[in-house]
Amino acid sequence: MSNRKTRHGTGVRKAFSWLWMIIGLVYFFLPLAATFLFSLKGKKGVLSFVAYQHVFADPKFLKTFGFSLEMSILTVIIGLALIVPTAIWIHLKLPKAKPVIEFFTLLPFVIPPIILAFGLIRIYSRPPFAIVSSPLLLVAGYVIIAFPYIYKSVDAGLRAMDLRGLTEAAQSLGAGWLTLLFQVILPNLRTALLSALFLTFAIVIGELTLAVLLAWPAFGPYMALMGRNLAYEPAALAILSFGMTWGAIGLIQAVSRGRPGQGSNLGGTH
Amino acid sequence: MTAHPERGVPATGPGAAPERPGVVQTPDDPGPRGAIAKRAPRKWPLAWLGLVPFLLFVFAFMLLPTFSIVTGSFEDGKGNFTMDNFVHLFRPDILDSYLITIKVSGATALLGGLLGFLIAYAITLGGLPKPFRSFMATFSGVASNFAGVPLAFAFISTLGRVGFVTVLLRTVFGIDLYGAGFNLYSFWGLSLTYTYFQIPLMVLIITPALDGMKKEWREAAENLGASPLQYWARVGIPVLLPSLLAALILLFGNAFGAYATAYALTGGLINLVPILIGAQIRGNVLHDSQLGYALAFGMVIVMTISILAYSWLQRLSSRWVK
Repeated sequence: MSNRKTRHGTGVRKAFSWLWMIIGLVYFFLPLAATFLFSLKGKKGVLSFVAYQHVFADPKFLKTFGFSLEMSILTVIIGLALIVPTAIWIHLKLPKAKPVIEFFTLLPFVIPPIILAFGLIRIYSRPPFAIVSSPLLLVAGYVIIAFPYIYKSVDAGLRAMDLRGLTEAAQSLGAGWLTLLFQVILPNLRTALLSALFLTFAIVIGELTLAVLLAWPAFGPYMALMGRNLAYEPAALAILSFGMTWGAIGLIQAVSRGRPGQGSNLGGTH
Repeated sequence: MTAHPERGVPATGPGAAPERPGVVQTPDDPGPRGAIAKRAPRKWPLAWLGLVPFLLFVFAFMLLPTFSIVTGSFEDGKGNFTMDNFVHLFRPDILDSYLITIKVSGATALLGGLLGFLIAYAITLGGLPKPFRSFMATFSGVASNFAGVPLAFAFISTLGRVGFVTVLLRTVFGIDLYGAGFNLYSFWGLSLTYTYFQIPLMVLIITPALDGMKKEWREAAENLGASPLQYWARVGIPVLLPSLLAALILLFGNAFGAYATAYALTGGLINLVPILIGAQIRGNVLHDSQLGYALAFGMVIVMTISILAYSWLQRLSSRWVK
């Protein structure tokens, strides 16, 4: 009797689960489907991709997209250059410092970009550090925003390998620090580095807050401007953005398949 | 490229820098001092040197800027000490903007938190087929990153005045959303839009906690004759409570600081705190430049409280989730 009760409970539980799963799927996909259909209405009376053609034909689209792409590449390079050696150092020499670094890499989660932008402008728009007109300040801000994601990927990658064992093996074979880093550790971190790359790309490419407040002609502000003036093209842009985010996250899943502790990704810039 | 030179940020010394990077030298662990002394005492400071580039960067581009907001809110336009900015915080329009921001953040944290929890339940304990779980996990990663301008566009295309669903409901079902008082550019519209990134965030945060619920607890409860409702009321929810609250706080902070989505959606029609700060930075609307600092300081306070509460709750919940 208790058995039957349990089975009945399982049935109810399953139905309950299906219900919320379906509600969730509707909430997620209805706006996407509606946006897609809306983006096809660029020409009166027929469904067409004319809105997409307009988007791609706009020279500003390529220009701003290229700018944001450059920024995301610089962000990845600087972010990895800062995080990878630090994370390796902590794993090998200073496990004690882990909570400190983790705290600092999580802090950007709770500092809203608007506060970060405000503070960066205040500090760096006057002597002795008047660098507000250099794109490097924008990149610095992006590196901060991307810290949690980059650190998480790199840390997961380091934990998945036997760093100490590899280091000792390499050193006992006579490898120096550079050989160790470039020939042993980095190749093993490939997956982690790729997921850091794609995540950073997904975050930076459409970022609005820092770009708009530091007054850069990036892709985010360009999209926002389109939204003010046009109807169907923004819908097309939204679909393209979603496709890119999905592509970036999908690539992370693809490269990290079968590896533990990777491919998790929280939040974004809202 | 000159970014707002007209904003004349008050010229004080470079930020008073109270957070010394002293962390570098202090092993933050006063407890086993004897143990450190026993092992080569001079080794630690050297090893900590390896963290200097990282810590310097964090200091220069995160801590210093954030802290300068705090000092700025105590200064008048000429850099002298004042408390006036905080008096302005109690102006009715400013209070209103805090109120609406808190309302939007609270509503979306609760709504997104509830839906996200139920979906996370469905993919963990709910017994749905495995593929759903990995799909939902991936999708949540995408959707929680799908925010800002494109998300605003998606909702305008869906529920805007000529949005797809709005038109569909009106022409096919005869339901006039906007006639019934709905407006995407108002509280509910904004909340519905924010909820889109709150749900997947909740799924990502709460899934590990649900995974930590031991099957034995449920079985023990059932063997003792508890109904599912009793199990959840007496065991499930109490165990999950710290995790749930921590997640809700994170969602609240997430919405509270959101700028891009609101900027693209309402174009500044709703006076959310981030929107006001943005207008301040861009140098229009409020002609009181110091007010921006006070507004931002208020935000820093809200965030600080959230972090403290969050880490406290995390510590509570780590008792169960291991």
